Amino acid sequence: MEAIIPVIITSVCVYGLFRRINIFDSFVEGVKEGFGTVRFVAPTMIALLVAVGTLRASGFLDFIAELISPLAESVGFPAELVPMGLLRPVSGSGATALLTGIYRDCGPDSFAGRCASVVAGSTETTFYAVTMYYGAAGIKKIRHTLFSALLADLTAIIVSVITVGLLMS
Amino acid sequence: MSYIFGVMIALGFIYALVSGNMAALSAGIPEAAASAVELLISISGMLCMWSGFMRIAKDCGLTEKLARLLAPLLRRLYPDIDPDSKAFGYISVNISANLLGLGNAATPPGLNAMRELRKRSGTEIASDSMITFVVMNTASIQLVPATVAALRKSYGSTQPFDIIICVWITSAVALAVGLMSSRLISALTRRGRIWKR
Repeated sequence: MEAIIPVIITSVCVYGLFRRINIFDSFVEGVKEGFGTVRFVAPTMIALLVAVGTLRASGFLDFIAELISPLAESVGFPAELVPMGLLRPVSGSGATALLTGIYRDCGPDSFAGRCASVVAGSTETTFYAVTMYYGAAGIKKIRHTLFSALLADLTAIIVSVITVGLLMS
Repeated sequence: MSYIFGVMIALGFIYALVSGNMAALSAGIPEAAASAVELLISISGMLCMWSGFMRIAKDCGLTEKLARLLAPLLRRLYPDIDPDSKAFGYISVNISANLLGLGNAATPPGLNAMRELRKRSGTEIASDSMITFVVMNTASIQLVPATVAALRKSYGSTQPFDIIICVWITSAVALAVGLMSSRLISALTRRGRIWKR
């Protein structure tokens, strides 16, 4: 388990050397792209973290979680996951802001923290992808695309709780 | 987006007013901005590292290699598309780049794939293959959840990657459900159309 990451990194580098690629230059190029990504998302992230911070500091998020928790807990579902699950298909940065809120309140290694991490790692910003791909192709009628895509997102939320519950506790 | 942002700020203000949390709110807003910047700085190291390694993977042809490995699977998912066509090539490069977490590299071939499929169908109505393709792009099939791990690490996780198996299982099940539901609905609506005739 703990060897996954070093194995991926080492095999990529060894394969690159074997194919006679200048792996150092490639790595540096990639770092530049990574920095570009961070710079690209930074303004949106700061804006949404401020908005989520407002909701948190006012006590509104706790209020919502308290409202949902009796229902959620009766089926073993962490209540903190609900707001994030709702925001995830609409706004990637918004969901990340809520994710960090869960890390801060419950810890990244808590049950809720792990479930939220799995949701974040196994879903995408659905509405963004649908708009972009169909927009570029000039498609007006998308039929059941959104239904199937959102069903996949919902499945991810449910399965995250099941896998974390079965494999990690 | 402006709407979401405005509603979040206003809701926070109204709730603080009602519950008497105004002091906590006025301290919390600037603190949120400060910790947002701290967070961005603390995750950028790990993100840059992963883009570095994945760029090596791309430059040494691992993306194309992965695309070739995926071809038999993709042929089943896209039975209407000729495996030698341009559209099929774009689709396999897009899916491989997504698997490696190269979002920036996945988008251009993805857009080309959609334009090719549009040319073939000639209508403004999404084809079954388009739906399959977009559903695959709305599900995350990234093998290394780098961003999530970076965030967990910055909040003090001891093993930021310990969720990786759960992420793989969850992604696979979610994608399978999405694709099967789309297949099922396509089949049902097609039969419906025959009945109408």
